[in-house]
Amino acid sequence: MPIAMNDQAPLALSVEDLTVAYHSKPAIWDIDLGVPEGVLMGIVGPNGAGKSTLIKAVLNLIPRAAGRVSFYGSSYEQARSLVGYVPQRGSVDWDFPTSVLDVVTMGLYGKLGWLRRPGRKERDLALFALEQVGLLDLVDRQISQLSGGQQQRTFLARALVQDAQIYFMDEPFAAVDAITERAIVNILQQLKERGKTVLVVHHDLQTVEDYFDWLALLNVEVIASGPTAAVFTPENLQKTYGGPVSYLQAVQALAAGD
Amino acid sequence: MQSMSAADKRVWLAIAGIVLLGICFLPLSQWLFGIRYTYTVRVVALGGALLGLISGALGCFAVLRRESLMGDALSHAALPGVAVAFLLAGRDLGLLLVGAGIASWIALRFISALLATTRLKQDAAMGIVLASWFAGGIALLAYIQSIPDASQAGLDQFIFGQAAAIIESDLLLITGVGVLVLLALALFWKEFKLVTFDAEFAGANGFQVGLINTLLSTLIVIAIVLGLQLAGVILMVGMLIAPGIAARQWTGKLHHMVILAALFGAFAGGVGAVISAIDANIPTGPMIIVVAFSLVLASITLAPGRGLLWSSWRRRLDSRRFARQNALRGLYRYAMSHGAPATPAPDAFIRGIGDRSAALGLQQLLSSGLVEKLGDSWRLTDSGVKAARRDAHSQRLWELYRLYAADLGLPLLPEDRHLDIRAVLPAAAIQELEALETLETLAGRRDN
Repeated sequence: MPIAMNDQAPLALSVEDLTVAYHSKPAIWDIDLGVPEGVLMGIVGPNGAGKSTLIKAVLNLIPRAAGRVSFYGSSYEQARSLVGYVPQRGSVDWDFPTSVLDVVTMGLYGKLGWLRRPGRKERDLALFALEQVGLLDLVDRQISQLSGGQQQRTFLARALVQDAQIYFMDEPFAAVDAITERAIVNILQQLKERGKTVLVVHHDLQTVEDYFDWLALLNVEVIASGPTAAVFTPENLQKTYGGPVSYLQAVQALAAGD
Repeated sequence: MQSMSAADKRVWLAIAGIVLLGICFLPLSQWLFGIRYTYTVRVVALGGALLGLISGALGCFAVLRRESLMGDALSHAALPGVAVAFLLAGRDLGLLLVGAGIASWIALRFISALLATTRLKQDAAMGIVLASWFAGGIALLAYIQSIPDASQAGLDQFIFGQAAAIIESDLLLITGVGVLVLLALALFWKEFKLVTFDAEFAGANGFQVGLINTLLSTLIVIAIVLGLQLAGVILMVGMLIAPGIAARQWTGKLHHMVILAALFGAFAGGVGAVISAIDANIPTGPMIIVVAFSLVLASITLAPGRGLLWSSWRRRLDSRRFARQNALRGLYRYAMSHGAPATPAPDAFIRGIGDRSAALGLQQLLSSGLVEKLGDSWRLTDSGVKAARRDAHSQRLWELYRLYAADLGLPLLPEDRHLDIRAVLPAAAIQELEALETLETLAGRRDN
């Protein structure tokens, strides 16, 4: 139980009884989740399982029907500077008139606060983040000219400049090229080495075991959460995805992951 | 300062162009329309330009937030406010505009409330509010016309706009409010940009998205209301969004877009107002829209990078380049599969690959001396063989790049195999890939 673990060391993220409803239908139901510091955690489940909803509710972006969320033992308002966010790539208009460097600098707006403008220091931080995701050649590129993978890496760089302790990434691997996928995996590993906690909404069962050491299986409710080795079992996958067909797929995915 | 990029030059070109057009308009209008720049016309021109500037700048955000039609709903919704203000306080421009602003703002909040509490979609909510507020306004205007001593009120100018009604004291009001609006825009620039681009991320970073949105919408309402006497409630939306749409064609940077839209707006407002001032019977709204639409049309057609002329030219260049490359590859592949690179390939075979584009490609290869025609077949010349080998080598390196780029720590670029990889990657990266290629070739020989 997350409450019991709370007594020993503060969890990076603790979620208790979280419920979100759209038009009186629950999108996520009674979520309890304890995420220890320093894990790379995958959030996996079928379409409509409420994976994005969970992240948005945790980050206070949508109203909660019930539940409590704490980051390192404090509320979101107090811990906001510890939290980094990578929204789904499709959530913005990529024809917006701005450059790659500009988008990445937006990650620092929160720290700047009202009215203060980004300056040289912010520029340097943004350039450093762009170097990490391999986009240093494209800093002045208009964002509408980016490929899908480059867009995703731009968003990743914008989260990196936030220099957070805990990151939430919504489907960063969706429809990206192989190069971007590898770049993201490298970044995830680096974040882990630096002791950061990362939660990633993920859809590809085949790569779950390679990418994540911690896992939550979600289908409106939390089916299982914990170390990947313990959670990623055919029984749990069947409970999450349901039905004999998905069972077969899950077993195949397990076999392919070996 | 860094040296100016091509994109920045383009913006300065557009800015210089519109300023020059504005300057040229003065003598041209005197000559063509016989306009004499009397005191009245100067006031009207200045008022029109100021109003255009304000609505052009703010309108960019309406365009980028995909709220162009919201602008339409809000301007229509201002009409009952004008009428009520007249009934309560008489004909005082400041108060009429305050009334318009209040009606518009109530409509804005009403639409938001509808969206938040019902399942109505935005277009439906806006449509309902637009029609009902406007109907109320028309009814009130009809009532005002029926009051004997109010028949000269001239409130219909708010329907189609009438620049000739602008007087000197209005200029002070417009300038004062305009300065405040633009100041607020500059002050909250960072917040407006962030919320317009990615409201969710702004929320996750602790910005009060609702508050910023309300502030921005309020500024847009003020710009709309100010512009009403110029463009009228029906056509105000054009004054609001046309400059932004035209400006977007020339630039990929928000601050350039806003500056350029302000200038386009000033041009359309000033020129439209002056032309309509020739005769009191010409309503200003339609005149301004004609000018603004011409700017949109010219920008969409001519703007480098995004314009129609530009993209059709680039498509032509691309199809020529691809045809040339395909013909060269086709010839080389045929020749190699038949033994030697200089084996002639039958005409029918090459034309079978790309149909019309094959002819286009062959013609280019022929004129640059890479192929020669032997009766019914085509053969690569010595330089043709060299070019084909270079291309094949580039393709091979692209393949290796895809496989090993991440492991070798090479710069991560999108693969564009129509480009020569040696022109895309730095020399050091090419050397590493070529070393790999040599290793693979050696390994291949050992296996055989």
